[in-house]
Amino acid sequence: MTAVLEANGLGKRYRHTWALSDCTLAVPPGKVVGLVGPNGAGKTTLLHLAVGLLKPTAGWISVLGGRPGSISGPLARVGFVAQDTPTYAGLSVADHLRFGAWMNARWDRTVADQRIARLGLEPSQKAADLSGGQRAQLALTLAVAKRPELLVLDEPVASLDPLARREFLQGLMEAVAEHGASVILSSHLVADLERVCDHLVVLADSRVQVAGDIDELLATHHRLTGARRDRCALPSDQEVISASHTDRQSTLVVRTESPVLDPWWSVEELGLEDLVLAYMARAAHGAPRLQRERRR
Amino acid sequence: MIRLTLRQFRTEAAVGFGMLTLLAILVAVTGPHLAQVNEAFQRACKAARACSTAPNPVLQVDTSLQAFLPFVATITPALIGIFFGAPLIARELETGTFRLAWTQGVTKVRWFAVKLGLVGLAAIALSALLTWMVDWWMGPLNAANQNRFDPSNFSTHGVAPVGYAAFAFALGVTAGLLLRRTVPAIGATLLGFLAARLGVESWVRPNLAPPLHRSLSLLNTGHFGVLGVNASTGAMSLSAPVVPIANSWVLSHQVVSHSGQPLTAQSLLRTCPAYGQLPNGTPPSPAEMRSIHTTCIERLAAHFHTAVIYQPPDRFWPFQWAEFAIFLAAALALGGIAYWWLRRHYG
Repeated sequence: MTAVLEANGLGKRYRHTWALSDCTLAVPPGKVVGLVGPNGAGKTTLLHLAVGLLKPTAGWISVLGGRPGSISGPLARVGFVAQDTPTYAGLSVADHLRFGAWMNARWDRTVADQRIARLGLEPSQKAADLSGGQRAQLALTLAVAKRPELLVLDEPVASLDPLARREFLQGLMEAVAEHGASVILSSHLVADLERVCDHLVVLADSRVQVAGDIDELLATHHRLTGARRDRCALPSDQEVISASHTDRQSTLVVRTESPVLDPWWSVEELGLEDLVLAYMARAAHGAPRLQRERRR
Repeated sequence: MIRLTLRQFRTEAAVGFGMLTLLAILVAVTGPHLAQVNEAFQRACKAARACSTAPNPVLQVDTSLQAFLPFVATITPALIGIFFGAPLIARELETGTFRLAWTQGVTKVRWFAVKLGLVGLAAIALSALLTWMVDWWMGPLNAANQNRFDPSNFSTHGVAPVGYAAFAFALGVTAGLLLRRTVPAIGATLLGFLAARLGVESWVRPNLAPPLHRSLSLLNTGHFGVLGVNASTGAMSLSAPVVPIANSWVLSHQVVSHSGQPLTAQSLLRTCPAYGQLPNGTPPSPAEMRSIHTTCIERLAAHFHTAVIYQPPDRFWPFQWAEFAIFLAAALALGGIAYWWLRRHYG
């Protein structure tokens, strides 16, 4: 099966700053993909490029095998829930469902009505009077009732309280289970993603730092702790993601396909959050230099 | 997409066409009376053979409405730009709902085209209906004043206002798209519209066709008069004559000698020594003033005339269509810029 989203050397520049640069990525189909990164990393830019709200400055991107935003291509088959889940303040819930029906040939009215009924939303209520959680649910309903093959969500839960957050993610997972769409979901909170995602893309400093299935990422990343080591003598297949040293002890995060055999190190499992943080730190401070640490 | 546009435009359309309906009622109620007064006067003055001199009583009817209707007609294009044009896209960009609207199963270009087309048509229809109403209501007044070609009337009659409305609308839409905020877009629309209207009225319209020149005898102008008398010296100053050429647009008029020299204070005093003098050391009586004035005009007329530069009445409609075309072309160009901007920045 072809990738739901494929990017090659993708870049977007605003005036003089690159919001996203040299992004090469292939997102496999049928997954719930978490896009994680610090604020300003380019997550929104990447997702806007994916749904055709922006035009790339460099490289190319293809979504569901077509150019984003084109009507013959993915526009009708991609559902999008934008950051802060915008809705029309002056329109009622029912108006929004009509909006969805008018704007989408594939609109599924039954799905929309059922979701609204299940959420307990009053159809005559104006969107301006909805709570943040209800508005997010309304936006998700619009995206789901479109019967998308790919559902893209940009920080949908960032502004929600913990309860609304859980309900939203639950609703999302139900919808995915029911309709079988691929999902790309961005967040700067790993905890949210860990609960729902099976594939992760770490975006930091406007570049993709790492991408892969979460199981696989967890299986190939390890934390090594041991007495301080002056010299970096790791096997060539072990890539150091981050390194920190105290006077007596060195702690490394390494990526490797093969098991770590060196008895110097005690090897620990790495949580997803720590894994993401290691990549973010590397993006922020550059690749770790063991040599410089040694001279201290 | 059409239904969505109508739904989103519902409030503005209701307010706009609601106000138009109110005006229509006002116009329908008062208009026939105006026409009757004018017809009665025309019958009476024809019988008395005094149509050119007798004051038309129609000018005294509904005077507040006479000021109000042209005012409404003048500001309507700007209001259309502000309320129909500027928020059309700016509000979507400002509130972020463009991210919702442009990711449904309708392309941005189609979304934009339908919005621009439908609301633009509404703007044009509103302006056309209003202008037609004002035209009809003001008919007797314009006939009485013979001033349809004056800038203030030209811009509220005929087809030019429809062009203004289309232009103001397109300007609002484009400003909204470029500035991404409703309030700055409204400001830019107002400024841009005002600049375009004044610019065209001052520099383009007078030169749409080379203006005509005409020499009028001072004796025939009739309105040559005393502007004021200095109470202590009794010196009189002459008003420049208001030149009535029926239904034409007088661009300038000046009292000049037959060789083309303008009338100066010196030449006036040379011709009319009585001006600026106190015959008996006291200010002249009104009768004496009139006599001094008449003598003076007769003497002046031998050497001076009024040179008038004007656009004749038969150019009213060609100018109307030309101005309509200018503003419509500008509106289309703005629509093109907006389309280009949309494609360039939003894919």
